Amino acid sequence: MPKGYFGEYLTLAFFAGMMLLLVAGTLGLNKLVSPKVHRDEKYLTYECGVDPVGGGWSQTQIRYYLFGLLFVVFDVEAVFLFPWAVVFDKLGTAAFVEMVIFIGILALGLAYAWRKKVLEWL
Amino acid sequence: MSMTFLADLVVILAKILIVFLVLSVLVIFIVWFERKVVAHMQSRLGPNRWGPFGLLTSVADGMKLMFKEPITPITADHVTFALAPGISMLAAFLAFASIPFGTSVLIFGHRATFEIADLNVGLLWVLAMGSLAVYGVVLAGWSSGSKYPLLGGIRSSAQMISYEIALSLSLIPVVMSAGSLSLRTIVHAQSGVIGSIGWLGPVGGVGKFIPHWYIFYHLPAFLIFLLAGVAETNRPPFDLAEADTELVGGYHTEYSGIKFAMFFLAEYLHVVTISALAVLLFLGGWNGVTPNLPVLGWIWPLLWFVAKVFFFVFLFVWLRATLPRLRYDKLMAVGWRVLIPAALTWLVVSGLAMAGSV
Amino acid sequence: MQQVVFGIVAALIVFAAVRLVTTRNLVHGALYLLAVLAGAAILFLLFLAEFVAWVQVLVYIGAVVVLLLFGLMLTRAPIGNMALDSQTRPLAAVVSLAIFGITSTIVWKTFKGQTVHFSKPNTVDTLGRAIFSQYVLPFEIVSVVLLAALVGAVVLARKEE
Repeated sequence: MPKGYFGEYLTLAFFAGMMLLLVAGTLGLNKLVSPKVHRDEKYLTYECGVDPVGGGWSQTQIRYYLFGLLFVVFDVEAVFLFPWAVVFDKLGTAAFVEMVIFIGILALGLAYAWRKKVLEWL
Repeated sequence: MSMTFLADLVVILAKILIVFLVLSVLVIFIVWFERKVVAHMQSRLGPNRWGPFGLLTSVADGMKLMFKEPITPITADHVTFALAPGISMLAAFLAFASIPFGTSVLIFGHRATFEIADLNVGLLWVLAMGSLAVYGVVLAGWSSGSKYPLLGGIRSSAQMISYEIALSLSLIPVVMSAGSLSLRTIVHAQSGVIGSIGWLGPVGGVGKFIPHWYIFYHLPAFLIFLLAGVAETNRPPFDLAEADTELVGGYHTEYSGIKFAMFFLAEYLHVVTISALAVLLFLGGWNGVTPNLPVLGWIWPLLWFVAKVFFFVFLFVWLRATLPRLRYDKLMAVGWRVLIPAALTWLVVSGLAMAGSV
Repeated sequence: MQQVVFGIVAALIVFAAVRLVTTRNLVHGALYLLAVLAGAAILFLLFLAEFVAWVQVLVYIGAVVVLLLFGLMLTRAPIGNMALDSQTRPLAAVVSLAIFGITSTIVWKTFKGQTVHFSKPNTVDTLGRAIFSQYVLPFEIVSVVLLAALVGAVVLARKEE
């Protein structure tokens, strides 16, 4: 096994492959050893023991989408924070001020969302 | 094919096998442990039939689920229905690939480190795999073709992504202190003691007995991490995903048999991951509070690590036994209006403090 | 060795991309998109850019596609084989071919005949230094762009008062 960068990632790929086999094996073994008895009622979806009412579909609210978008924005912020945190003590005050401006602008957005009451669920 | 190549391969295979076996046994044990502890906290006996103290109960449960018929609802999307628990389990196992759990050991002249892959960005890898967990939830909810799983799935995925932000942000101060994303380096940065604390004056010498763990520097970040971590694993009091009383069983309502067991396994693996992360990042990893006992070699650090992880596992169980479930609007409010601003504030404050001390 | 892996991964990406646009089921499409993005992450790994690779997983797979799925649940993405197809296929084909043409021409013109040597892995350290000393302005502009996206979302989702 080669060492260094590619060695570690080769090991990782190897591990991922084995875990994939494990998952597939678990499902496969279950298929092999489980009994199969066909009954139409068994394949209905849950509805407290009576026949399901309506379709299996219900439209979700736009709030979820909004939180998804907020998540993307702050995830990108977090991604920039990681390299900044690593070089933080080497670059000194300038980098710190840059990041404070960055966080400040995004905090402004969060404050705006807060003021517009979209962070409240009800 | 040289000898060293073969030896390396054997070491890696052994490591993967050990990690897999330990994790499986650990999950089986934690399921039993949780049931037993919660039972005793509620003045019950808990599982006591299979094996001594009911230790084999989880094994029996697992076997039973394996032999159950896989049922897929007629309205379900078949491929995605099977894919969802697979993704959950895979992501949960993969997260462990870069978690170091001890120093290193010399086997047959080979130095084997206690992790599968020592990545330079190990912390990022754990977070990335954690972010995949949301797919298990959202796909399970969608593919069931049923109302309750859909509602439960989208609800808990919104919860998970909200707390993921707080989780990432709470880790930044630790990275700032350690100056690295490698989990091994972060643990090494936490060895030793704090040393004399200047501003305490005459009693500053007490710092010579306090280990140099980041929890003593970043306590607010640690608390945010812990809260967000519990929410990430969908564990009580943040178990809105399941919320039996209002959503039947959440995203896995339609799941039974081994597929259900896979979700279950993933949940407990996440508990272990979050516990291990808390220990590595805030509690000094395998650094103990006592001097290293050279006689024990690598076993001593390993014992420290395991003991600390178990403390957090117990904390998870304790929370479940003690706290009622949050209301959904409160949950989102805590995530976005308390944890994220608090994490950002602490980040800037600790940045100021560190810039001042340089 | 790297080239072999690159070839395999690239072929898988192309396959997933074709399936992504041909599948009738929107959520399956999102899953194929996931495969495309994961393949891109592996390509980044091959180019010794591990930080970028895992950022790709964190942001694109962990956030953007989740947002996409939320969007699908918001609109009509019924389960099953219900055909949701628009009449704009030819137009879409023209647009995507044009984008492909433009980007590949740019890449071709820029890197024609060049061999890029990767000597050692790009560390987070070098990346951080580059962002926070050379590319400060683009970095700050990113925050403004993100702020614009955030405000836009709030305006869209806000209840009418």
